[in-house]
Amino acid sequence: MSSMSNAYKVPGRLAKFASAAIWWIASVSLFISIWELCWYMKWANPMLFPPPHLFLQDLYFVGKLFDKSTRLGNPTAGLIVWTIAKTIGASTLRVLIGLCLAFVGSLLIGIAIRFSPLFGRLVLPVINLLAPVSPIAWLPVAMLIFGLGNAPAIFLVYIALFFIMTLATLSLIDSLPIAYAQVARIMGGTRLQIFVQVVLPAILPGLFVVLRLNLFAAWMIVLIAEAVGVGGGLGLVVMIARNTFDSQLAFFTMFLIGAVGFVMDMGLREIQRRVLYWAT
Amino acid sequence: MSSETNGQALETPAISCINVGKTWGADTDRAVEAVKGFNLDVGKNEFIVLLGPSGCGKSTLLYLIAGLQELTEGQIKSHGRPVVAPDSDRSLIFQESSLYPWLSVIENVAFGLKLRGMAKHKRRSIAIQLLNKVGLGGFEEKRPDELSGGMRQRAAVARALAMEPSVLLMDEPFAALDVQTRSKLQDFLIQIWRDSGASVLFVTHHIDEAIALADRVVVFTARPGTIKSIVPVELPRPRDHRDPVLRELRDQLIELLADEVDRAFAEQEQINDEDKIRA
Repeated sequence: MSSMSNAYKVPGRLAKFASAAIWWIASVSLFISIWELCWYMKWANPMLFPPPHLFLQDLYFVGKLFDKSTRLGNPTAGLIVWTIAKTIGASTLRVLIGLCLAFVGSLLIGIAIRFSPLFGRLVLPVINLLAPVSPIAWLPVAMLIFGLGNAPAIFLVYIALFFIMTLATLSLIDSLPIAYAQVARIMGGTRLQIFVQVVLPAILPGLFVVLRLNLFAAWMIVLIAEAVGVGGGLGLVVMIARNTFDSQLAFFTMFLIGAVGFVMDMGLREIQRRVLYWAT
Repeated sequence: MSSETNGQALETPAISCINVGKTWGADTDRAVEAVKGFNLDVGKNEFIVLLGPSGCGKSTLLYLIAGLQELTEGQIKSHGRPVVAPDSDRSLIFQESSLYPWLSVIENVAFGLKLRGMAKHKRRSIAIQLLNKVGLGGFEEKRPDELSGGMRQRAAVARALAMEPSVLLMDEPFAALDVQTRSKLQDFLIQIWRDSGASVLFVTHHIDEAIALADRVVVFTARPGTIKSIVPVELPRPRDHRDPVLRELRDQLIELLADEVDRAFAEQEQINDEDKIRA
């Protein structure tokens, strides 16, 4: 009888995770298999669309291209994986720092606009004016002000996210149930207390979702900035691949970008699950 | 300062409404008169039920007394002092409990005390006492979404009681609950009311609920809302709905309300027709 009841055991968290992982593997494997099949049947030009087994081989030579010091024939000082890791790290760092700054900045400015009507009247029109300006248009400005390196890239991530998230903050504040503020007013809360202890926690989950949705935009901006020449990172490698017609390198980099973006999104989702537990 | 309006009270009424009126959009052409010429004194520890058809302005009146809306006419006083702003002495319980989802139950109940700057251990102990009193002992660390609707409303009552109000304003608090829970919560409310010594102003459109709870039932007219009649209910609680006196009362209230409900519907149809003509 006990073996019968085991058959109906509710799957635990580990089983759920394993199930999700298996489906993930199945989906990606299917995609790769179709790609490999195309290569095998010579439907796709291997020069233009090398399947994974091609662009993942020769990792040593591909990896060398990731680091300036090893690019032109110098033997690598350390493991080849390190050059790839350093490059990924550079891009990721820029995205993360820009993300954090934009999240905090838009939260503060958004709340300030609603808290102080005077501030709102002065600042909001400017924000509405600048919001539609694509970060790409900000690129020359960024490089003029910040030069090359991490700073302009971080600045561009900030620009890409800040305006959208400020407007999202305003929208979230305005759509809060009015009872939330009414309860606090009845309890004798000051305006500041209401904004800090009620409005802020109430909008955090929604704002975090907006952040996650815009993560990919931030990623794209960093890569574009690096491709254009702010220095270092995965974007630069993409440009090298383009300039040298190296499709193996191109696809390898794409694979890396996809993987890192995926991991970052998962990370954000996990943070959301733990810290902002009250959100759906 | 003693009340002169009802001639018998020697103490200042907990709530005194003097010719209260509220018109939405007062200076526009879409002005809607929600409440008009409303006069009522609520004594200490009195349980008043505001009964009326939907849209008659009873909830509006409650919000005016709470201080969340501004009057266009008349005056409201609480213990002799004019009401100009919300105050924790007049706590409002909403139809949806409006507990904050990011706080645990105990943090919700202690929220008002936290705003006042009370120390954590002190407000926690007060909150635990209140939660035990409302029958939620053991649920302190739960999140609001882990509670049922009835439990959330009880937590909302505990949150209000933490501020030791002299007036409890309740806006159809049991409307979203099923019949059995509603009945249990009515008993619970009477007990809380007796223990706290507060006056209660309870809005409902449910006649049986009014009879079960009230010292006096204030029957509203349709919009613009004013007092049609005040029906005292001088029976000991708990009240048996099979009691013939209660049955009579029920019939009386049904009759009083019937006209007003018809008027409310007629007015709605008139508005619909006007909109059609305009469109």
